[in-house]
Amino acid sequence: MPRAIQSIERAAAALHVLGAVAEPVPLGELARILDLPKTTTHGIVRTLCDVGFVEQQPETGAYSLGTGLSALGRHLDPHLLRSRVTNWADGLAARTGLEVQVGVLRGPSVELIAHVFRPDGSPQRLRVGELQPAHATALGHALLAWSPSAARIHELELTAYTPSTPTTGVALARAMRQARRLGWAGVDGALTPGTAGVAAPICQHAGIGVGAIAVVGPRDRVLQASGAPHDGLVEQVVGAAQATAGTLRDVL
Amino acid sequence: MSGRSRYVAALDQGTTSTRCLVFDHGGRMVSVAQHEHAQLYPEPGWAEHDPTEIWANTLRVLPEALDVAGLEVGDVASLGIANQRETTIVWDRSTGRPVAPAITWQDTRTADIVSQLQHSPQAGLFQEVCGLEPAGYFAAPRLRWLLDHVPGLQRRARTGELAFGTVESWLIWNLTGGPDGGVHVTDVTNASRTLLMDIHTLEWDRRLLDVLDIPEELLPEIRPNAQVYGTCTVGLPGVPIGGAFGDQQAALFGQTCFAEGEAKCTYGTGAFLLMNTGSTIAPSSRGLISTVAFALDDQPAQYATEGSIAVAGALVQWFRDALEMISSAPEIETLARRVDDNGGCYIVPAFAGLFAPHWQPDARGVVVGLTSYVTRAHLARAVLEATAWQSAEVVEAMVADSGMDFATLRVDGGMTSNHLLMQMVADVLDVPVERPLVSESVSLGAAYAAGLAVGYWPDLEGLRANWRRAAMWEPTMSEGSRRRGRAEWDRAVARTLDWAAEA
Repeated sequence: MPRAIQSIERAAAALHVLGAVAEPVPLGELARILDLPKTTTHGIVRTLCDVGFVEQQPETGAYSLGTGLSALGRHLDPHLLRSRVTNWADGLAARTGLEVQVGVLRGPSVELIAHVFRPDGSPQRLRVGELQPAHATALGHALLAWSPSAARIHELELTAYTPSTPTTGVALARAMRQARRLGWAGVDGALTPGTAGVAAPICQHAGIGVGAIAVVGPRDRVLQASGAPHDGLVEQVVGAAQATAGTLRDVL
Repeated sequence: MSGRSRYVAALDQGTTSTRCLVFDHGGRMVSVAQHEHAQLYPEPGWAEHDPTEIWANTLRVLPEALDVAGLEVGDVASLGIANQRETTIVWDRSTGRPVAPAITWQDTRTADIVSQLQHSPQAGLFQEVCGLEPAGYFAAPRLRWLLDHVPGLQRRARTGELAFGTVESWLIWNLTGGPDGGVHVTDVTNASRTLLMDIHTLEWDRRLLDVLDIPEELLPEIRPNAQVYGTCTVGLPGVPIGGAFGDQQAALFGQTCFAEGEAKCTYGTGAFLLMNTGSTIAPSSRGLISTVAFALDDQPAQYATEGSIAVAGALVQWFRDALEMISSAPEIETLARRVDDNGGCYIVPAFAGLFAPHWQPDARGVVVGLTSYVTRAHLARAVLEATAWQSAEVVEAMVADSGMDFATLRVDGGMTSNHLLMQMVADVLDVPVERPLVSESVSLGAAYAAGLAVGYWPDLEGLRANWRRAAMWEPTMSEGSRRRGRAEWDRAVARTLDWAAEA
């Protein structure tokens, strides 16, 4: 068994002390309780402040638990994500003329949490709540590639929908690696022939994709003959994802 | 209009901030800049803004919006203005300085003046001439208050050295030169909210001015919504000002509700539902407001009926902040979706009495139907349903007043990202509910007016083609469920009555 890491033990002890006391604790008091030199204690609480787990009172300089700690166990509410993404999703649809989908991972599937119609006046149905197989759509690839549960891809049932559906763990893992390298995922007809999508992850702390946003449409509206997305499309999708991520920073 | 003028700008002067949005020919937003201004509450019930701060913010947001998109002044074909309605400003025409802070639409200091008007022999005249019952939210009682309370103002008002206006008048006057040749105008929609304009002739009414003892020398000239009023000398120098609108009418126009029976609702803290009634002024027996929808140059005015819901998103905020049931407003949908129905629970948010169409000031809010079965998820549903049922009450009153067919509702505002609520609205109204791709309906309406005035857009049909559907909710509720729910809502409403009176 590897040796316990002393600095982590000490940081945990400091958090326990701050959590057990109702009022903010001055540095000297904290050092005394932890039985550590003031300089060592200061280094610990400064680091914990930087990551948001501890807060320092501006007036007294005393320390207390930070809001980052209570937010740790909470995952992002999908409806909160929808309210933050809507402006960017609308703008993306307006500029590209394509349908926009926003999804989150639900087990082996992508659940659509927001959907903007293709802005051409044609009759369309709101698809919020629908599930897509994650291995066969651009949204799914972006979500899997930026998910810590990417190991899960070997547990997915890789149903073949079209000849381009990745049906082996190796093929899907390759697509994940490529998406991570590029910063976006493109999928051409893997669920429905003739339909293509380009997706980018909406990343939060430590680069975890809490959602993804995609433009979806007829192949020739999304991709050039070479198979590469039309000029500027990737930048628009990635820009919308990053702008949305920016609005989430104050949430957690 | 120069050949390279590819955009139209809109100035949206709202209650909390001043924004400039730039739109392209397809009605797509290409840029936005925004600055907030201070809310001043010097006494209980008073709510003021500093007009000089609003003007300074205007001069900041105009160039900033161009910078964001890398545009120059020459790229802008026209400027339109949408503004918070009924907020009242009086200024000195020679110095350009306001004589007092702006009294905003939220301010309630004119209650006594309004009460006198309501009990005066001329009360009926207001309804007949303006289509409005005297009430605290219109501009003229605020002007009367200023004339009564600012020393020397009544005397100076008669000499013509002072100017009165709602916010668009103040901004247009300043943008076109201020003391040095500024144009003193208002538009028909803002003027229709003063209590001084004849809604039929679209002119100031001599009799109403006399009732309130307001000198005509103070008043701006009333103009159509889409017309070049003048040219900016500052802000966007050389750009024509081609339109102005009160914000809710701007949203109706931005949603392209140009024809009789077309309606929009803006779901925010409160909700504002306006329905185009064409050339008909629909007098209301149910407390709705008849108002001008829009008037184009050389064309007869189009009218609208307006019903407002005081507590819509505000009930979600109450659920979040006062009851601490959720940590952010959007999470109410997550909570409400845990259950399939309201569990028999209804919430009627008559926090300050019941408004349209009931008008019961002594009512107070209730939560009814509580049993041990009811969880906070049922309460969350009841919170959202309250907005849907209030919408239904307003629409029913509009249909009853106007006799018009109500086929779809176009929606905008922050609450439209709540799909459960939008589905409920479609269900209880039994019509499709549509959300446009450009959610900034207020600014878009002002931009459309400004663009029409300079020929940037040819006509209303061209604008209609710009409207794009981003989402639509179809009604799915059975007729039986709707009738049952409606009856239960009515019983819940009945339990709010006469509470404050008995306290």
